[in-house]
Amino acid sequence: MAKIKTIKSGIQTTVQDTGRWGYQQYGMPVSGAMDTYSLQLANKLVGNNLNEACLEATINGPTIQFEEDIYISLCGANMQAKINNAEVEMYKTLAVKTGDILSFGELINGSRTYIAFSGGIKVPVIMGSKSTYLRGNIGGLNGRQLKAGDELEIGNSSDEPEIKKATSSQIPDYKDSFTARIIAGPESGYFTLNGLEKFLYSEFELSDQCDRMGYRLSGAKIEHKSTAEIISSGITFGSVQVPMHGESIIMMADRQTTGGYPRIANVISADLSYIAQLKPGDKIRFEEVKLDVAYKILKVQRNLLNQD
Amino acid sequence: MLKYFPLGDSAFLIKAGNDISLNTHLKIKSITDKIKDENIDGIIELTPAYNEILVSYNPLKINYVGLLEKIKSIAEDLIITEITKPDLIYIPVCYESEFSPDIEIVAERNNLTAKEVIQIHCSVDYLVYMLGFTPGFCYLGGMSEQITTPRKENPRNKIEAGSVGIAGNQTGIYPVDSPGGWQLIGKTPLKLFDPERNPEFLIEAGNYIRFAPVSKVEYDKILAEVANNEYRLKKERGNG
Repeated sequence: MAKIKTIKSGIQTTVQDTGRWGYQQYGMPVSGAMDTYSLQLANKLVGNNLNEACLEATINGPTIQFEEDIYISLCGANMQAKINNAEVEMYKTLAVKTGDILSFGELINGSRTYIAFSGGIKVPVIMGSKSTYLRGNIGGLNGRQLKAGDELEIGNSSDEPEIKKATSSQIPDYKDSFTARIIAGPESGYFTLNGLEKFLYSEFELSDQCDRMGYRLSGAKIEHKSTAEIISSGITFGSVQVPMHGESIIMMADRQTTGGYPRIANVISADLSYIAQLKPGDKIRFEEVKLDVAYKILKVQRNLLNQD
Repeated sequence: MLKYFPLGDSAFLIKAGNDISLNTHLKIKSITDKIKDENIDGIIELTPAYNEILVSYNPLKINYVGLLEKIKSIAEDLIITEITKPDLIYIPVCYESEFSPDIEIVAERNNLTAKEVIQIHCSVDYLVYMLGFTPGFCYLGGMSEQITTPRKENPRNKIEAGSVGIAGNQTGIYPVDSPGGWQLIGKTPLKLFDPERNPEFLIEAGNYIRFAPVSKVEYDKILAEVANNEYRLKKERGNG
């Protein structure tokens, strides 16, 4: 059985796949990769099932030693990946040898890097998923982020993947500001006209309160007409809630299943992968689109992923 | 009259009312069950809450318009009056002092003795309106106003899974260790949530639960049975 050993953990490195679906009715968060596009592209480049688990590294990557010859790929944020201290290319199949060490330097762009291993990561499947839900200490490696000394088993893949390189159009260009397209939310009528205008026409900054659960934005305050409470109801990836304080919160991968604040909008699925690559201090704007436009953009993204 | 709202491009809401009530709950429950029975291709999962159901779907398989058409034909004509008797689940709770650090606060505030608080707490069947907040946390309806007590001013940093508490006019069970401000009056030896067990969750929305007082000796016995996977949940089966 192939293994990798963690020499340094990085700020927050977790095992994630495409999420733990089917249990939200019991209050169980979905979790999974913040940036599903990068996770799937990384899997594709090593010949894995697109939904296989990868390591999700945040802001500052881990240092990992390989204890067998395997194939890996790196997608998402550019953190100056190196193998044995020599910089390596992202977005392609990389052959690594026993004893090789993968490490990262400074963050150049984005905020999350996905490391895929040929054959996937061998952790127990808990409730249909390998994803780590940190607050619940469930899934991944013992329900927690990696720490130095951890060993992870990697699946044996019988076939050698063909060496592939992503096309230039498959590689996202991350900047530190982003305009996220949104669909109007069910409670957009809870806000004053002025509040809605501020939401649609101002630039917001990601505050320090941004993690896998949600991003709190600072900037113009969004005014409610009167109440800032609703009867607790379902929320989804990209739901934007605005509590009484007037600062929007975008719900991310580890979001709770329900929320009690007015849902002003919802980020479209295709743009979630970009939002996942923002970090505190980055800027965000919102632009309203209709559902059929959101579907089209998602299809384009999916076709891009399927391209060889 | 049902209302529908998109929540982004991969989910939408079915709204069956504007209140927290048994009537609205029964609508939500029957619509949820009915849609589940239909196994509509493209629907990933349903998350029912007090007055709305979140429908998560795969937009690469089916779109909002297509789904609405199917859901409307199923849900709009559903006769809600035919609600069947739901399951009643007994939750053993030990109210002895080791597990009930705040029972005197509840008693004093309401001019009751601790014994009366327990009696009142065990005297009703609580409806599980929905689950949320943390994995396995049940939002219960039906607590007597006689034992209403505000939350603690200083929340505890860690409350153990199984603890039973009161906050305002609500009662509930902590399914996982978590910080919290509820007034603790007892503890159940049952694990409401265990990711390693099948089924992972003991209770679902629409069930009724009743708290059954047990001694510390019985508590320990049940705790051991739960640990060995030998405990059999006391349940009155409804016809639902």
